[in-house]
Amino acid sequence: MGMTIAEKIIARAAGVEVVRAGDIHTVTLDRMMSNDGTTHLTVDMYHKKLNHPRIADTKKMVFIVDHNVPSDSAKTAGSQKKMRDFAREHGIDFWEGKGVCHQIMMEHYVCPGELIFGADSHTCTYGALGAFGTGVGCTDLLYGMVTGTSWVLVPETVKFNLTGTLPRGVYARDLMLTIIGQIGANGVNYQVMEFTGDGARGLSVNERMVLCNLAVEAGAKTAIFEADDKALAYLKERGREPKAVFVSDPDAVYVKEYTFDLSKIRPVVAKPDFVDAVVPAKDVCGVRINEAFLGSCNNGRIDDLRVGASIVKGKKVADHVRFLVVPASQQVYLQAMEEGLIQTFMESGAIVMNPNCSVCWGSCQGVIGENEVLISTGTRNFKGRAGHPSSKVYLGSAATVAASAVKGEICTEDMAALGE
Amino acid sequence: MGKIFKFHNDLDTDQIIASQYLLLPTIEEMKVHTFESLDPEFPAKVKPGDYVVGGENFGCGSSREQAPGVLKALGVKAVVAKSFARIFYRNAINIGLPVIVCKDLPEAVESGDEMELSLTEGVARAGGRTFSCTRLPEYMQNILNQGGLIASLNQEVE
Repeated sequence: MGMTIAEKIIARAAGVEVVRAGDIHTVTLDRMMSNDGTTHLTVDMYHKKLNHPRIADTKKMVFIVDHNVPSDSAKTAGSQKKMRDFAREHGIDFWEGKGVCHQIMMEHYVCPGELIFGADSHTCTYGALGAFGTGVGCTDLLYGMVTGTSWVLVPETVKFNLTGTLPRGVYARDLMLTIIGQIGANGVNYQVMEFTGDGARGLSVNERMVLCNLAVEAGAKTAIFEADDKALAYLKERGREPKAVFVSDPDAVYVKEYTFDLSKIRPVVAKPDFVDAVVPAKDVCGVRINEAFLGSCNNGRIDDLRVGASIVKGKKVADHVRFLVVPASQQVYLQAMEEGLIQTFMESGAIVMNPNCSVCWGSCQGVIGENEVLISTGTRNFKGRAGHPSSKVYLGSAATVAASAVKGEICTEDMAALGE
Repeated sequence: MGKIFKFHNDLDTDQIIASQYLLLPTIEEMKVHTFESLDPEFPAKVKPGDYVVGGENFGCGSSREQAPGVLKALGVKAVVAKSFARIFYRNAINIGLPVIVCKDLPEAVESGDEMELSLTEGVARAGGRTFSCTRLPEYMQNILNQGGLIASLNQEVE
């Protein structure tokens, strides 16, 4: 009986030949990431709760300030100072204001075959490079930091066989929301989503990140792609080498299999207040919006900015709409400047902001008020996620967000003009 | 006996504690905002020994450990649900907050009902009925018994 990619990574990290779904193993972690959402609590526990505080390997640790940056209050600044001081004192890699944590991790750290814990639920993004990344809380992070190890209950794997290619005007975002809409918010609870097939191989690394990033919204422990030539090229461009390149065995065990034909996917939107409340975008066209957000660890990359800019070019954002554009990292920002995209956004009336989590996490920037409506490329649309409990968040692709910003109400990119 | 506070399916961690409070210095400062979007009176009403009851997929969304953290700080004895999202489940065990899967109980009770839970027997009693709960795997039960992951870590190195 063979193993899946995820099982092979756990087996390697556990130092055993074979693991099976349901086993519990002690694993050596390859890397740990913590951001300003919880690190101040981790640092407090480190100082106050541990009998013998120590760090197993500072080189495996990365601290990233990305949620409330620049800080929005004296208390936030205090929590971030705690994190910054701790990182400096212990020689931990520290990033601040350079990008959303998962984008920084993908640009600078993640390698195929690694087992990575991140104190953020969207750590599952790293599967786009064939790594096993999973979100944990700050106590798990602290335990990992101190011992270099953790315990893992080996998850079952669900196979998502992707075929064909996405039509013009349809994006990885539409595909992943469609999948979540079909399987539900706990459709793969505590399981691994493995994306495979010619449709998966046809996706770029950035598109794979979109899919893996949202896997947690279906309850997944992580999501993963095989580290193929595209993944290895992404790595090589950034001067890194894989830890290990694993492929699933032909006789690996999948608890369930789904097939999605990419050519059948159309623009969709997740309605408030659940990510699995997915409907065809045309069904919500006409809903008046107050704000539009293009950014986040899901959709703040150069491809997304290109799509958004192409739609707003030569047009104006509707008078009653604030259109926030937030590149996912400074690398992305610089690239967008070089390509003239930032100028295009500004000329359209968009507010271009520094790389950070922005309104996707409902604090710091762009928070919306009572009964206001946001169309967003962010990760979640839970009740009050972007501000006031009565406010509403719709989730869609970069194209849907940009088109809606111009029209002032939810609409899709002009599909007829694309010949679809 | 403790009182039940019941919540809906797919209850996400943003509802337990909203983002704008997460960077406050301590859990103590955060706990007065628990369930603010759904029941602003919750922190004042809940008493030590009370229970939170959820449906399917309780605690989905963000990995914020502040979510089980504020519930524990308010004295919630346990969270009982039909199923849990994995990160919340793991975080709760790690900080020593019992999370109990009980398929039949959530439908049979309402907010305000009295409930008794025996963690050792794995049974809950409410409204004159007895419900059996799923036991934790031994590994996780041991972490919980020791008072959470940090307590167990401190014992490991002693």
